[in-house]
Amino acid sequence: MIPASFDYERASSLDEALSLLAAGGEDARPLAGGHSLLPLMRLRLARPSLLVDIGGIDELRGVRDDGDSVTIGALTTHHEVAGAAALTGGSGLIAKVAEGIGDPQVRHRGTLGGSVAHADPASDLPAALLALDAEVTLAGPGGTRSVAAADFFVGPFMSAADDGEIVTGVRVPKREGWGSAYQKFQRRAQDWAIVGVAAVVNWTDSGIAGAAIGLTNMGGTPLRAHAVEAALTGTSEKAQILAAVSKVSELETPPADENASSEYRLHLAQVLIARAVAEAAGCPGMQR
Amino acid sequence: MKRISVTVNGVRHEADVEPRTLLVHFIREQLELTGTNVGCDTSSCGACTILMDGQSAKSCTVLAVQADGAEVTTVEGLASNGDWHPVQKAFHENHGLQCGFCTPGMMMAAVGYLDENPSPSEDEVRLALEGNLCRCTGYHNIVKAVLAAADDMGS
Repeated sequence: MIPASFDYERASSLDEALSLLAAGGEDARPLAGGHSLLPLMRLRLARPSLLVDIGGIDELRGVRDDGDSVTIGALTTHHEVAGAAALTGGSGLIAKVAEGIGDPQVRHRGTLGGSVAHADPASDLPAALLALDAEVTLAGPGGTRSVAAADFFVGPFMSAADDGEIVTGVRVPKREGWGSAYQKFQRRAQDWAIVGVAAVVNWTDSGIAGAAIGLTNMGGTPLRAHAVEAALTGTSEKAQILAAVSKVSELETPPADENASSEYRLHLAQVLIARAVAEAAGCPGMQR
Repeated sequence: MKRISVTVNGVRHEADVEPRTLLVHFIREQLELTGTNVGCDTSSCGACTILMDGQSAKSCTVLAVQADGAEVTTVEGLASNGDWHPVQKAFHENHGLQCGFCTPGMMMAAVGYLDENPSPSEDEVRLALEGNLCRCTGYHNIVKAVLAAADDMGS
């Protein structure tokens, strides 16, 4: 399928992109790698009147080490994110997630900012950003702002970004000393996760001192499993962890679709949280 | 229409394209390089894989206007002076194909990957080709061919 007709402009700077978007009105959309937007346009599920190609704006590309946090530019590809040396400690979660998105060809072209702005509840990065208390940075006609990941994803394919705003990047706290893991279950290679679990865990000699769990495709937005996190804190034995993961049932009932019933999603979430926590803790005794 | 300039297999092409023209259609229909196939048309199967600035990409999910200024390599650009690329030779010698439809994409994904990792393990090759589907399920000889090409290129 070929997309419906649209106008196309290539921006050479962020300011130029913002002016072009403002002039293009509410049906103008930024285009980065196009690996979320173009498939939708080809199915005619999206019909923007104008695409503003931001792919050549170098100031939006790259990974910067800011000491206790890492700033990732929106145009950084999943391939580049997967290999970013600055993503240490808990923030290594972002690299692990990026490494598992799509396939090599998709990772060469797909960008972090595009994936975040797309706000697909089944995509992997949002849950990881949520688990790490990351911030999404935006630029618009009124200036720049940052929004906590928890406030950025507001519904399926809906974010807090206003018309005319561009996602410029994310800021991810490093959480040195924390371990991380992303577990997803899919029926076939390349499929969206039926359920995904992003975990960061602070494992100490006395057990889990802190944990954050982000869930993919368990609702219309990525979710935090706060009750599970609280129950995990202070645990060190496998049996305690299995008891803690059952708290995921306190979340709102997850959606049912052709791949999974709500009950099955809840079951998967428990299994995957236990695996992700064990992997993130890096404690052999807790592995299955 | 937008004026673009794309270097394909070392030859610079200036052309006018509609913004909605996909790179794969530009390559096949305007440049008449039909070695690059359209398979699933949904960025899943990898039959349309090309190299864009040295990295493998699915040309059904790239607009031709996005390739303005880029260096593109298609399967037609692999052989040089009548000599097959080691990956082409290895696919031939190891019978790395059955019907052949996925072959151009498989080879382009392999060439891109071997540039990144010149001596991969079998498992690494299988993972590197996860974005390319073979409907004949002929993966075994495809993987064998990529490993043979890596050996050949390393020696």
